[in-house]
Amino acid sequence: MNALATHGLTKSYGDQTVVAGLDLAVPKGTLYGFLGPNGAGKTTTIRMLLGLVKPSAGRAELLGQEVNVGTSAAGVLGKVGALIEEPGLWPYLSGRSNLLCMARSGGKDERLDRIDEMLDLVGLSGAATKRVKAYSQGMRQRLGIALALLGRPEVLVLDEPTNGLDPPGMREIRGLLRRLADDGVTVFVSSHLLFEVEAMCDRVGVLAGGRLIAEGTPAELRAPGESLRIEVDDGAAASVVLERFRGLEVVSANHGSLRVTLADGLDPAEINRMLVSAGVAVRALVPERRSLEEVFMALIEGSDQ
Amino acid sequence: MGAALGGIPIILVISLLLSPGGGSSGEDGPPFYELIVRNGFFTPLAALGALQVFLLPLAAALLSGDAVAGEAATGTLRYLLVRPVGRLRLILSKYAAAVVLITLLILWVTIVGLVAGGAAYGWGPMPTLSGSTLSPGTALLRIGGAACYIATGMSALAAVGVFASTLSDSAPGASVATVGLAIVSQILESLSALAPIHTFLISERWLAFVDLFRDPIVWGEMAEGLVAHALYAAVFVALAGVVLARKDVMS
Repeated sequence: MNALATHGLTKSYGDQTVVAGLDLAVPKGTLYGFLGPNGAGKTTTIRMLLGLVKPSAGRAELLGQEVNVGTSAAGVLGKVGALIEEPGLWPYLSGRSNLLCMARSGGKDERLDRIDEMLDLVGLSGAATKRVKAYSQGMRQRLGIALALLGRPEVLVLDEPTNGLDPPGMREIRGLLRRLADDGVTVFVSSHLLFEVEAMCDRVGVLAGGRLIAEGTPAELRAPGESLRIEVDDGAAASVVLERFRGLEVVSANHGSLRVTLADGLDPAEINRMLVSAGVAVRALVPERRSLEEVFMALIEGSDQ
Repeated sequence: MGAALGGIPIILVISLLLSPGGGSSGEDGPPFYELIVRNGFFTPLAALGALQVFLLPLAAALLSGDAVAGEAATGTLRYLLVRPVGRLRLILSKYAAAVVLITLLILWVTIVGLVAGGAAYGWGPMPTLSGSTLSPGTALLRIGGAACYIATGMSALAAVGVFASTLSDSAPGASVATVGLAIVSQILESLSALAPIHTFLISERWLAFVDLFRDPIVWGEMAEGLVAHALYAAVFVALAGVVLARKDVMS
């Protein structure tokens, strides 16, 4: 059973389609990164997964159960913790009171020591009695995360969880999410921060124009077209030699520095030998993995066409 | 708000104490105003009658207009729904909270009125509008009944407020619309040319509690009032539930 799944999920507002026949499957226990440019439909998809927005077509499933607006997908939503766009806090209440009020709604009470435990986990024990009105954005964000974790969820759905946090804070949260995933919690993270997704996610899905245009582990997404940077003395001669290789594409050539992408199966050592035996002096042969950002930008541009 | 509303009975009593030979309030004044000097028990009734025109509906509108729109505005609505709190359950608990609070406010005004009026003019046997008198015990009972009746009228308005709250992300907006309805209703009520529609107006039977102070009690209008208030409450709470159940929560 997948923790989260969608089948042909669609949402249109008038003649504008925000989510178009999305088929998503997030296995249990993964840390899944949900990427996409602004307006790709990430937040709308999340809202449909949580029963806040009604799909125009298709369906969303949470822990195997279909999610419907208006019926609280009873047992299932109770196992989910969420942070959607921004934390929702009552400004005139203290941090602790916010957690208490949320904890008491819905008929499932949390023990007081659980609340203190969560405050401690996100580093807000000191500020717990201050009114949320006085909180900085980072503190509000931390409280939002505490809230999401309050009910010991099996699935965490987080929209930009490190928003507003300073770098040490972001690291802390990333570490926390990684630990939770390792403990078996499914963590579904939507983020703009590609390096962050790259660093912590098991799987990544890229959404653009309301569709999933790529999916896989970060390594799988980066893999096609591993590139090689070759420093030579004679760029022209080198290009001639390289042209003979099928499956090799010269991406850029700048005096003595060539960047080439390789298809699977082509061995850099082989290329080195060909160049050297053709009399081209090879100064450096550096495999360069594409960053997720490059992959992402390429995918996005590709989907625009 | 409690202070403002509780101040009214006190002001009424003071105004009477300051005018020798009793006061008169003219046609637009609070009901029973002149009778306060004969018996302090009339104070809460006069105060409630005066507040009924605007301040009590305003309180009911503020308390109920916040129901859903207020949560939408703070951004907490989506989190409550994901807890999960069932959408109908949310409407019902918010409505119940508004009803309890408005009832407490009404009781507060009643108690302040009784204390202030009694202190100034005593708690003796209470004259009725028909000429007879009631023992203090019976008088208190009927005053309590009047307070409860007024609470039903305000609860009907609170249901409209909760409904308005589901249509908007602005709590003040929903409250203003609700209090607007109360005011328009009272204006229409005063236009005799519109008599045929009077029976449908929400405020039509708000002041029927005066019938408790006739001898014998005239139940007709109050019974109609209770039914009308219950209908308003049922219809608007149900509508609120339907609207929220189908709404896409984008807040």
